[in-house]
Amino acid sequence: MDVPAIELVALTKQFRNTKKPAVDSVNLSVSQGEVLAIVGGSGSGKTTTLKMINRLIEPSSGLIRVMGEDVTNRDPVILRRSIGYAFQGVGLFPHMTVGQNVSVTLRLLGQDTECVSKRVDELLAMVELPAEEYRDRLPTELSGGQQQRVGFARALASQPRAILMDEPFGALDPITRDALQQEFRSLQKKLQVSVVLVTHDMSEAVLLSDRVAVMHEGQVAQVGSPHELLTKPVNDYVAQLIDTPRRHSDFIESLMREAPIEGTS
Amino acid sequence: MTPKMQILFEQLPDLLGGHLTLAVPAIFMGVLISVPLGILCVKSARIRGPVMSLVSLVQTIPSIALLAIMVALLGGTIGYWPAFIALLIYSILPIIRNTIVGLESVDPAMREAAKAVGMRPVQQLLWVELPLALPVILAGIRTATVWVVGIATLSTPVGAPSLGNYIFSGLQLRDWQRVIFGCVATMTLSLVLDQLIAVIEKSIQARHRVSLVLASCALAGLVGIGLAPGFMAEDAAGFSNLLGSREGVAESLEPEESPLTLDGQVIRIGAKGFTEQFILAEALRERIRKVGGTPEVLTNMGSTIVFDALAKDTIDIYIDYTGTLWSTVFKEANPIGRVSMRADVAGRLFNDFGIVLLGPLGFENTYALVTQRKTAFRYGLSEIGDLTPVAKDLRIGGDPEFFGRPEWQRVRQLYALDDITEVGMDSTFMYQAVADGQVDVAAGFSTDGRIDAFDLTVLGDPKQAFPPYDAVVLLSPRAAKNQNLVHAIEPLLNRVSVTAMRAANRLVDEDGESPRESARQLLAD
Ligand SMILES: Nc1ncnc2c1ncn2[C@@H]1O[C@H](COP(=O)(O)OP(=O)(O)O)[C@@H](O)[C@H]1O
Ligand SMILES: [Mg+2]
Repeated sequence: MDVPAIELVALTKQFRNTKKPAVDSVNLSVSQGEVLAIVGGSGSGKTTTLKMINRLIEPSSGLIRVMGEDVTNRDPVILRRSIGYAFQGVGLFPHMTVGQNVSVTLRLLGQDTECVSKRVDELLAMVELPAEEYRDRLPTELSGGQQQRVGFARALASQPRAILMDEPFGALDPITRDALQQEFRSLQKKLQVSVVLVTHDMSEAVLLSDRVAVMHEGQVAQVGSPHELLTKPVNDYVAQLIDTPRRHSDFIESLMREAPIEGTS
Repeated sequence: MTPKMQILFEQLPDLLGGHLTLAVPAIFMGVLISVPLGILCVKSARIRGPVMSLVSLVQTIPSIALLAIMVALLGGTIGYWPAFIALLIYSILPIIRNTIVGLESVDPAMREAAKAVGMRPVQQLLWVELPLALPVILAGIRTATVWVVGIATLSTPVGAPSLGNYIFSGLQLRDWQRVIFGCVATMTLSLVLDQLIAVIEKSIQARHRVSLVLASCALAGLVGIGLAPGFMAEDAAGFSNLLGSREGVAESLEPEESPLTLDGQVIRIGAKGFTEQFILAEALRERIRKVGGTPEVLTNMGSTIVFDALAKDTIDIYIDYTGTLWSTVFKEANPIGRVSMRADVAGRLFNDFGIVLLGPLGFENTYALVTQRKTAFRYGLSEIGDLTPVAKDLRIGGDPEFFGRPEWQRVRQLYALDDITEVGMDSTFMYQAVADGQVDVAAGFSTDGRIDAFDLTVLGDPKQAFPPYDAVVLLSPRAAKNQNLVHAIEPLLNRVSVTAMRAANRLVDEDGESPRESARQLLAD
């Protein structure tokens, strides 16, 4: 089999002036083309784990391999250009147009203007923002959902093998979120890009990922397919987390049975 | 337009040009220095402390003092460079401060985003941090612009022509129209530059290329205007004079007197910032022009600055007073007699500086106690000693500074005037005050035109309690070797009596005549 896209071995981060490590001996691996969701409560170490992968945060100990190569041997700037990153809260540059935001990594890579311009049109089409209309707008002239689409396009610009996403749907209204989630999943399948998706929403994780890692107090409590988590939770914490989407769907099912919507029978 | 306004407008191109060539390059250089320095301060806490302390400290030096210090640091060089450097220094603080504030107020999330998309530190700075900090940095540049344009008016006393020439000469000539004209011109310039930067800022934000280009061109155009007739074009042009235009070149082609002994040579005349000096500078100009020289008059120079400029051959000639040289240059505390002081000063000037004291003009501009004729008659006053018996009934008006000076202590002691009542007032008002009887005696200056204008009497000083302030012609070491110049000036020696000088001053101060016209009449006498 291929090498994993991303592999974390005994990864630990101990911040200065804190008692417990923020990330404690985490082992995870993401196969090529796979979506791994990291789920956990606030402060469980999800963001810290994610940022160590592209070396925005340096690990205290442990190992990170991207496409089989130890990242500590690589120039972190080159590494970051090869991994897409979608931010919690979007993180578009307010002084750059949509087109400039999307193309920033390409320009950093020194691609020629014509090439860049073609790729920007392609990327904007991919996230369903027609280039003629949106390329020259400023981020402030877009809705929250449109901004996040631009964020995705930026993360995908350099055709990375892996992208990292930190609660990308967190700030969106439910309808926009649903639409964007569907688009994300189909785009991911089409491009066969590996994804690490950080979220605190188990429903989102179950819906969008191939495997889920549950983090709790800096440690990985359990990793497995949604099915495995549902059927064999290793502890109460995992059971409780995975129970939420189950309760929701059970409740909706019961509604469907007891009160058939008028006009459908 | 009145003829007076016309004169003011005629001088505008030169003075505005001088002002712009000082201010705009100073701000420009200020930006080039301060923005990188501000960036360094943000990136390194170690240099930030010392840099900010130094910059803030320099900022607390009063601007006029900083200008004078620059002259001293440049070894007595006057004119463009000391003024330029002082203005440059003043522009630094607001720009550095705003660069630091602007960079530090960039959202840390933006900095992290820049890093995450793969920017190197320099790219983070150029692509993200500086553009986001730009509005704050530009606000700093605008503050610096307003400061520098204002402070540039103070470069007049160090010999760099600016809109300050209107203000300084207006204050001396008590010509308020001139003062207001200078202030309005300075404020207008300041507003125009400020608005130009605001337009540049707005067009950057709105990505409006056309207006950005237009505003930048306007700014460049202003500098161009400054450069064309101003300092840079021709060194001597920087010495544009106060009250006349720079017609010296043209006039020297058609002299009224032969032979043409100076043959077009440029002779630079210095003058301090008061009426008498303006008139005497015009008198020197007239003499030099008549023998075919090209005089350049540089007025409103600071007292020590004009001396240093002479010692350095930056100017060729000016008029000073022996008592002033005695105390400020040679730091002597106790005065000696008029003739021996002149001889002593002449010897030391030559030994220490190579400066030649060509000779006295004939009058003294010393302190003088003046009173109404009526009062003099009532108390029988003709000399200072006559005040002694009636001192406790009398009030003396004078500049507050005067009453603290050693000269006054000597007078009080030598003439036993301990009982007289001192009334401090601005020297502008004291002649009026004594004429109105608000005070009985005033401590004025012996050549002040207002003594005659208010029909006042000068009390004699037989004990020579006031030091002699003999007006003398000084030549720079180089100018002293110019025999033709010496011959041109010699006819002025011992020609000007105290009453003639007083009348000349009165013509300007009270009758609103130009110093040039007054000088013509003085020479005609
Ligand atoms: N730069 C930092 N310095 C010190 N502690 C930090 C830092 N960043 C995060 N932490 C701590 O590490 C823990 C994990 O944080 P984080 O990874 O952001 O959690 P999550 O993304 O799961 O909410 C938290 O307790 C947080 O306070
Ligand atoms: Mg987080």
